[in-house]
Amino acid sequence: MIHHRVRLVLALLAVLAVALAPASELQAQAGKGTIKIATQSPLSGGQAALGEGIKLGAQLAIERMKGTLEKQGFKVDFVPFDDQAKPDVGVANSKNIIADKDILAIIGHLNSGVAIPSSEVYKEVSLVMISPANTNPVVTDRGYPNVNRVCGRDDIQGVVGSEFAHATMKAKSVYIIHDKTPYGQGVAEFFKADAEKKGLKVLGFEGTEEKSNFDPIITPMKAKNPDVIYFGGIYDQGAPFFKQAREKGVKGKFLGPDGMDSSDLTKIAGKAVVGMHYTSAAGPASALPKAKAFSEEFKKKFGKNPEPYAAEAYDAATIAIKAIEAAAKGGKVPSREDVATAVRKAKLPNGITGDIEFDAKGDRKKALYFVLQVANEDPGKWGDNKIVKQLTIAAPAAAKK
Amino acid sequence: MIQVPLSVGVVAVSALAVAMFPRSVLVFLLFQGSLLFVYRARIPERLRWSLLAAALLVLMPVIGYFNSYYLEVATQVGIFVALALGLNIVVGLAGLLDLGYVAFFAVGAYSWAIFGSPHANIILRGGFPLAGWWFYVFLLVGLAVAATTGILLGLPVLRLHGDYLAIVTLGFGEVIRVLANNLDKPINFTNGPKGITPISRPPTPFGLPYGEYFYFLALLIVVAVVIVNRRLEDSHIGRAWEAIREDEVAARAMGVPLVRMKLMAFACGASFAGVMGVLFSAKQVFINPESFTFLESIGVLAMVILGGMGSIPGAVVGATVVTVLNLQVLKGFSLWLNELKNAGVTVLGYSLADLPTQFEPAKYERMVFGVILVLMMIFRPQGIFPARRRQRELGG
Amino acid sequence: MDVELLIGIFPQVLLDGIILGFMYALIALGYTMVYGVLEFINFAHSEIFIVGAFVGVEVMLGLKSVGLLEGLPWPVVLILVLLAGMAGSGLLAVAVERVAYRPLRNAPRLIPLISAIGISFFLQDMIRLFESLWRNAFNLVYPTLDVLNLRFELTETMDVSVKSLVVIVGALLMLWALHLIVNRTKVGTAIRAVAEDQAAASLMGIDVNRIISLTFLIGGAMGGAAGVLFGVQYGLINPYSGFIPGLKAFTAAVLGGIGNIPGAMVGGLVLGLLEAFAASYLSLLTGGAFGAEYKDILAFSLLILILIFRPKGLLGEVVRERA
Repeated sequence: MIHHRVRLVLALLAVLAVALAPASELQAQAGKGTIKIATQSPLSGGQAALGEGIKLGAQLAIERMKGTLEKQGFKVDFVPFDDQAKPDVGVANSKNIIADKDILAIIGHLNSGVAIPSSEVYKEVSLVMISPANTNPVVTDRGYPNVNRVCGRDDIQGVVGSEFAHATMKAKSVYIIHDKTPYGQGVAEFFKADAEKKGLKVLGFEGTEEKSNFDPIITPMKAKNPDVIYFGGIYDQGAPFFKQAREKGVKGKFLGPDGMDSSDLTKIAGKAVVGMHYTSAAGPASALPKAKAFSEEFKKKFGKNPEPYAAEAYDAATIAIKAIEAAAKGGKVPSREDVATAVRKAKLPNGITGDIEFDAKGDRKKALYFVLQVANEDPGKWGDNKIVKQLTIAAPAAAKK
Repeated sequence: MIQVPLSVGVVAVSALAVAMFPRSVLVFLLFQGSLLFVYRARIPERLRWSLLAAALLVLMPVIGYFNSYYLEVATQVGIFVALALGLNIVVGLAGLLDLGYVAFFAVGAYSWAIFGSPHANIILRGGFPLAGWWFYVFLLVGLAVAATTGILLGLPVLRLHGDYLAIVTLGFGEVIRVLANNLDKPINFTNGPKGITPISRPPTPFGLPYGEYFYFLALLIVVAVVIVNRRLEDSHIGRAWEAIREDEVAARAMGVPLVRMKLMAFACGASFAGVMGVLFSAKQVFINPESFTFLESIGVLAMVILGGMGSIPGAVVGATVVTVLNLQVLKGFSLWLNELKNAGVTVLGYSLADLPTQFEPAKYERMVFGVILVLMMIFRPQGIFPARRRQRELGG
Repeated sequence: MDVELLIGIFPQVLLDGIILGFMYALIALGYTMVYGVLEFINFAHSEIFIVGAFVGVEVMLGLKSVGLLEGLPWPVVLILVLLAGMAGSGLLAVAVERVAYRPLRNAPRLIPLISAIGISFFLQDMIRLFESLWRNAFNLVYPTLDVLNLRFELTETMDVSVKSLVVIVGALLMLWALHLIVNRTKVGTAIRAVAEDQAAASLMGIDVNRIISLTFLIGGAMGGAAGVLFGVQYGLINPYSGFIPGLKAFTAAVLGGIGNIPGAMVGGLVLGLLEAFAASYLSLLTGGAFGAEYKDILAFSLLILILIFRPKGLLGEVVRERA
């Protein structure tokens, strides 16, 4: 028995010996040190498709942009984390991230519910977070110096949508559906508030977590016959909804936020969504050469079309790299504070999602929004979508509440 | 008696190793393992408990001071240990399968979140958030509210057994989550999916940083919960629960008051979750319904069964193993693979850097967790530390 | 409140509910079949069900790529796809039972439940890994057969599509077939004997292991067929989309009386109708204060109510309860 225990301890010591040499310490410290950029997004579970899009977008940017830093003698690594769309996992990951001194920037998250508690952790060490997808106003309204976002805000995008419905689509009545997530409900609520202000008749406002069967929601909607139907949410829910609505004979025009910006929208809904409009900060490949290059390169490298927020993640990672370059002027690995300050000051003219510059809260100084129209039912021609309208709206100067 | 120096040595060596290699997950795992070793070793009781106390009260905070990630893991372990112990009363002792346990956690969390943030101003007029010291009051309020919710759930389901009970509790858990997700209208109680923030934190004694503070608080609650659990287990209440679990008809014939005992089990189990919910909301500063899904309930149930149903050390170890596995081991493993990838290590002439993104290790943590669950059940169905009574049953 | 509107949509909502109810009933059959024999919640059934949907979509895409999707008459295509889905899910269910449940046959009843949860996690990510390697896709879309999308206008405010009719007919056929198998065949007698008392059945010369495998095969095949019909009806599947319908179907099975085959059908219908009416009417009746999102709360409240008055489900259990 005793021998058994002793052997156990010896085995543990052997494991210890292995553990003493984690991979990073094995390799010779090349040059002036290592710089790591991490992503946090759900890589498993039902939201993995979008989460992986964020990861791949950032990965692509880092692989393309790291050259300058590497020439200066730094080693640039990319570290993806899976936050499982769960706040407790996200927070634990964040603690793990801040413990790794080499990590100088975070691209993430997908869910505002994970981003808010996690950014409290980043703030402790002034680690900069650049969010590609958290559109909840609270994220930046807290005024943290290390929290920025490339994507728009719900309170802008919802308004862009209702402006378009009112002024261009000449709608008299709207019916609003959302997906009960902070994003979908947030943008739908701002859409509703502004639509009411403009005198549009809101015939219905429904939230649903349903992913497959939309019949019971469509039936009363069809009976009320709205001019425009707005879906606040992501394409994987919006596309089946639009498809089923058309199949059931709903006549109204469709409108959605940037969660619809995926070729999978037409892959799923086919001709039901041809001609529908969606708002997005990322322009289409047809009009912007940059966007075209991005989507082609993404497709070449990963074999599929980019998801929504992949372009934003690409821009976010580009800014992170540029800021690190700026902060590393002395030839040393910069401090996290310096990187955070540099990000706030960074200017990225002509990112895929337009000119990026942050205001004092970390929002885009000027949010450029496109209203796009789906041109073709072939998902391969998603890039042909045309810009119907272009709206530039400055971020709300002061936090409401 | 070789085990005495061995125990001291293992703890000392592993703690030293953590100090020397603060980033190595395996070393921290070794430290956690050493605590288990001390718990199981045949050494004098006094030495055992002083070693464990020293490790948990002194070494762990010191480690956490240098690497707050480990402290976070330890704090979450504490939270889930309390949850597992609470569910252990309902499922393990009283034999009432509860698939919606996380609802009580949610109730506790929301009770502090609403009143400890400016959000309550929307419901009641003015005066919120409550000052930080109210947090301590709300630990009790959360306990009471969760226990009441437990009784409310218990009342309608008294007559149900087995899987009917399971499905109703599952439904109850979903009802609480859906309510939290939807009660932003007509009156805004929970702010719906957008969640509540910022939630106040209490002032910490002795200028303790919040990481350490929540660790100690979680530890304190866990110790209290373990003591309450032990006392309950050996009391006439605990025996009544076990009697109900083994044979309800016989228990009633023996004069066990079924209604009272079942409600008591629900209330006791729920109250632990309620307390931890209050702590969780203060620790997170932000909560929304995403933290309280059905999968969380399933996770806690897995902890109880993995550890050994009806056994206190089982629930503690089960919760620790599952949490550490999810937050640390699987994450650490995929990070390690990622490092190999970044370093361009080659295996059999194939550079890992060329691995297609479909094989991104971070994507498959849950799959590995699933396999581990199945293997554990097949090779150790009685759990890691089975309850003494069950051990006797299986042995005889 | 617009009374005319409320009455106007009633027939359509009723129909929506019936279709949804048959969908739930189809999935519920798999739960009930396994429960009836082993008294164990096969938590992985939701993944077995969605595997059927994936096999179905792969076969359909395969047919499409060789041009047979349009070439063959549509009932032939549908039957081919259904058979493939049934075979895939049935075999998977047998394999899962062999690997993860059989070693636990004599363990306390919660042990296989956890094992099933583990299998469920594993299968979700296996499907995802497979599809990401094979098609580099997360969401898969059922190719449309134009015939299935045709709609009949029954009245001015009510119409129904061919695919919905297929779901209803399919569900009724499967219920009937299952009824025949269980009650009229020798195998069915053996299944019922094993459900009644495994030890006694084994003494009567029944190979218990074989019968349990067979039960999983039948239950899995039912799940596979349900998966294909789910895919045809709603069009979009991803590796995680089995979870919620599985949970609902499980609720339906319990509602009707778990282990009871007609009970699954009744439970499914009750749940489907309730969801449809709640989602369509709540917001209209309360002026938007409560909306479609409360449908699950209503469904579960009704479940609790029914179980208070009928603790063994609407139609009761056929098997005795293990203490």
